[in-house]
Amino acid sequence: MWLLGARHSQDWRMNVKLKSLTMAATVAVAALSVAGVAHARDQISVVGSSTVFPFSQAAAEQFANETGSPSPVVESTGTGGGMKIFCGGVGTGHPDVTGASRAMKLSEYELCTSNGVTNITEALIGYDGLSMAVSRKGVQLDLTKKQLFQALADKVEVGGKIVANPYKKWSDIDGSLPNTAIVVMGPPPTSGTRDAWVELVMEEGCKEFPAIVALDKDAHKEVCQRMRTDGPFIEAGENDNLIVQRLESDSNAYGIFGYSFLYENQDKLQPVKVDGIAPNEDTIADGSYKISRPIYFYTKNAHRGVIPGLNEFVAEFVSDDALSPGGYLIERGLIALADGPRAAVQKAVKDAVNMPAPKK
Amino acid sequence: MSDKSAATTRTGIWYEPDASLKRRYAADKRLRMYGVAAIVFALSMLAILVGTIVMTALPAVTQTHVTLQVELPAEAIDRSDPRSASYQKMLADTISRLYPEVDTPRELRELRQLFTNNAQYMLRDMVVADPSLIGQTVDFTFPMSDIGDQLHKGGIDRNLPPEQRRINNDQIGWYDRLVEQGRITTPLNTGMIFNADSRFPELAGLRGALVGSFYALLICFLVSFPVGISAAVYLEEFAPKNRWTDLIEVNINNLAAVPSIVFGLLGLAVFLNFFGMPRSAPIVGGLVLSLMTLPTIIIATRAALKAVPPSIREAAIGVGASKMQTVGHHVLPLAMPGILTGTIIGLAQALGETAPLLLIGMNAFITAAPDSMFNPSTALPTQIYIWADSPERGFTSRTSAAIVVLLGFLVCMNAIAIYMRKRFERKW
Repeated sequence: MWLLGARHSQDWRMNVKLKSLTMAATVAVAALSVAGVAHARDQISVVGSSTVFPFSQAAAEQFANETGSPSPVVESTGTGGGMKIFCGGVGTGHPDVTGASRAMKLSEYELCTSNGVTNITEALIGYDGLSMAVSRKGVQLDLTKKQLFQALADKVEVGGKIVANPYKKWSDIDGSLPNTAIVVMGPPPTSGTRDAWVELVMEEGCKEFPAIVALDKDAHKEVCQRMRTDGPFIEAGENDNLIVQRLESDSNAYGIFGYSFLYENQDKLQPVKVDGIAPNEDTIADGSYKISRPIYFYTKNAHRGVIPGLNEFVAEFVSDDALSPGGYLIERGLIALADGPRAAVQKAVKDAVNMPAPKK
Repeated sequence: MSDKSAATTRTGIWYEPDASLKRRYAADKRLRMYGVAAIVFALSMLAILVGTIVMTALPAVTQTHVTLQVELPAEAIDRSDPRSASYQKMLADTISRLYPEVDTPRELRELRQLFTNNAQYMLRDMVVADPSLIGQTVDFTFPMSDIGDQLHKGGIDRNLPPEQRRINNDQIGWYDRLVEQGRITTPLNTGMIFNADSRFPELAGLRGALVGSFYALLICFLVSFPVGISAAVYLEEFAPKNRWTDLIEVNINNLAAVPSIVFGLLGLAVFLNFFGMPRSAPIVGGLVLSLMTLPTIIIATRAALKAVPPSIREAAIGVGASKMQTVGHHVLPLAMPGILTGTIIGLAQALGETAPLLLIGMNAFITAAPDSMFNPSTALPTQIYIWADSPERGFTSRTSAAIVVLLGFLVCMNAIAIYMRKRFERKW
């Protein structure tokens, strides 16, 4: 076996030591060198937001089926995580496309530029609804953004003063609301869903309070963006299915997640109306339901022509089959763009138009 | 102690048990009861866990299929390039013939939603595989979509008001007609094992994950087995006992207790960022898992070597064998059953490990199984992770079914380990 070569050696101790060391080293080196050689990549690599993940999945599967090309590799890393990997550099070791549930930030663009990723095409492909829902056994609320802010913020304005959130029951906020404890489950701060919720609901809601508006910029941001940590708001992890299950078992609890989870579970859940409007395909598409966020993907133009099929893949992502009303991404819950913007984004993606530096 | 008191105590013991003895018996009995209660509790928890998983997985055992007679007109398909024909149109024509009354775009879309989206590609692949079908009308059997499948299996309650279910009354009517015509069958869901991943639950399967896990475990075995045994043999048989070897020993034992996510971070930093190995590839997964399995194998091997009695070594040396020969010819073969048991248990642990694989990107969505260990793929536990996070109802049962498959593999591996121990174990 592995000891045969050393059978007649007198200096066995030294020999075995050497042998095991060489063996470990050989295995490691062999593994590494083979991997290095095999590194040229013929599969498109897509990373990014978990919100964009289902849409990237759909485009990838459609692309692989239509063209017979190797299946793209789609990874859900979160918007920020995706940007970090995407901006890591140019070359086959770095992904080609990243999805984002918000526009690229200036800091991320600068990271990209500093790593040589200068030519990026930005594509806004549509919108995704955010919903708050409750079990069918629970009470369907109709809340304003102001009330949502009061229910969920860390600090609120009471009688012109900014104090720690005193509201424990919905009826504490407004007498017309039910006399039950506030229990809301939502995403953790690492989630793009949370960023969107803060931006679309909390920051909008806090505009209604004069004392908060009067604060200086930093304090204003602090009050408007911080969710309460005293119990009524529960960070329930990234898995939206888990929130759905908990809502089923507790009819007083409300949950915040992407609209597609409400759509798939409408036999068990009912939406909370915001400003009198419940989310559905029509109200999100026409903009009357206000809580929806943009869906972007970013393409690394330096990889076009290098990674086989990348041009065709991004073209598939913005094709009419995918994005026009009734398209397969729209059926998956993406809210369609109007015809004009859609044509514009198709042209930008086709011509590999480089995005300018973001403003903030 | 006086004689008198000793005598009374003895009489007490022999003839009338006193209160303290009764208490001690009672305590003894209680202790046994606690033990039994703990076991009952543990077993019932296990039964509930496995029971719920299996119950949830049951709907995924079969998949609802529909059979349609599809015309493959010779003029619509170019024999030299059958891939390029519009199979979507042929399917649409077939469906329109079945439902002549459906004509608005919205209704047509709703009708199409009953069938799997990829039916056209399955039809295409069928024709490409067998071009003699061109010009015929063929029986084409393909999966219903998730909502069709859910409706058939009772996952959607048709008695709910329409606004509370994902499927409207028209769609239920169309489906009922398919049932009346005997077009619906529910064969065993072989796609669950033989298909690669898909965003459509009715098409999603574990092939990519199974192949990925196989490659990762293979790498893990190839690296950790020889390295682990070499290290253990050296430490046990050759190394001098000094401060350095003690330090190494303590470190190996500590390594076994390091949380697996730490190995994932290490893999990300070393294999991906430093050596530039490909993301999501089973080779990286295998290397990371082998780091995790190494201490398990080293510890098991050392225990197995220790269990070989010194008389064997002494006898070998006594007849003139070198230390090398003693170890290579006698000690190691005798310790092998124990080593293999430890290795299999270590590999079983590695098979179920999720956290390090998440960090090196093995939780990707890929619609094809990997051709080699350098191609991106998922592994069984990460596939479960992806499916658990998918909104479609069909993935709920598929997640549980995948868990059952993973548990099946783990039970098999552990059974092999137990068998080998029983079969080859030597008593000294």
